[in-house]
Amino acid sequence: MSALAALGAVPARADGRARRLAMVASKGTLDGAYPALILAATAVSLGWEVGIFFTFYGLDIIHRKKHRKLKVPSLGNPAMPVPLPSLVGVLPGMTAVATWMMKRWMKRSRMLDVGQFLDIAREGGVRLFACSTTMGVMGVRAEDLVEGVDIAGATAFLDFAADADVSLFV
Amino acid sequence: MSERITQTRGAAAGAPAETSVADAELDCRGLLCPLPVYQASRAIDRLLPGQALRVVCTDPGSLADFPALARQRGLALLSAEERDGVQVFRLRKDGDG
Repeated sequence: MSALAALGAVPARADGRARRLAMVASKGTLDGAYPALILAATAVSLGWEVGIFFTFYGLDIIHRKKHRKLKVPSLGNPAMPVPLPSLVGVLPGMTAVATWMMKRWMKRSRMLDVGQFLDIAREGGVRLFACSTTMGVMGVRAEDLVEGVDIAGATAFLDFAADADVSLFV
Repeated sequence: MSERITQTRGAAAGAPAETSVADAELDCRGLLCPLPVYQASRAIDRLLPGQALRVVCTDPGSLADFPALARQRGLALLSAEERDGVQVFRLRKDGDG
């Protein structure tokens, strides 16, 4: 136990500043949203600062309505939940089947849904950057997004990410 | 989200650090990453400096995650045990945590 105890009480950073995680969330799918949101919740748990730049289809993750309806794509996804040849993924309804299965697995595992992870992120002070270019290109309005997001361009995100200890593209 | 936390304060008063008592307990059996670490972190927030949290988990990733949580938050990992797929950790908050 002494070796384990010795692992504790190591300061997070020599300069005393909290560690920082900067992520780009670019995919508007259920299996794209979970990794970003799980990493954000974990980093919050460790006392880190977190910022996520939601860009292009990733903006759907913070869309007031669409974040509840994110899907698992079946087309071009050889690892999709249904163990059938990839070609079957083009059939109508296969995305719905893959999405239904993923959601069932998540529920069975008592995993939180996307909305609950967004709540954790906001409670933990995670900065949710909504890409203003994506909003302009796709015609998304500020009122279409969940509460507590910062509408920003890439410059503001890079300014945040410049001081990041970990930067990830999801 | 339900958090099952049992306060057992008083039992630990004056007890040596290496005994199995804790000031708070958290049951994370059946939960997967990141929920055990997230719930433990929330419970640690509520501890006073010097108090300990006992966490029971079944996610095998917890064996790697809880030492990392302790390192990142500057907590003392008093013990980490696994038996029959159940992991038990005790973490002590020394400073601000």
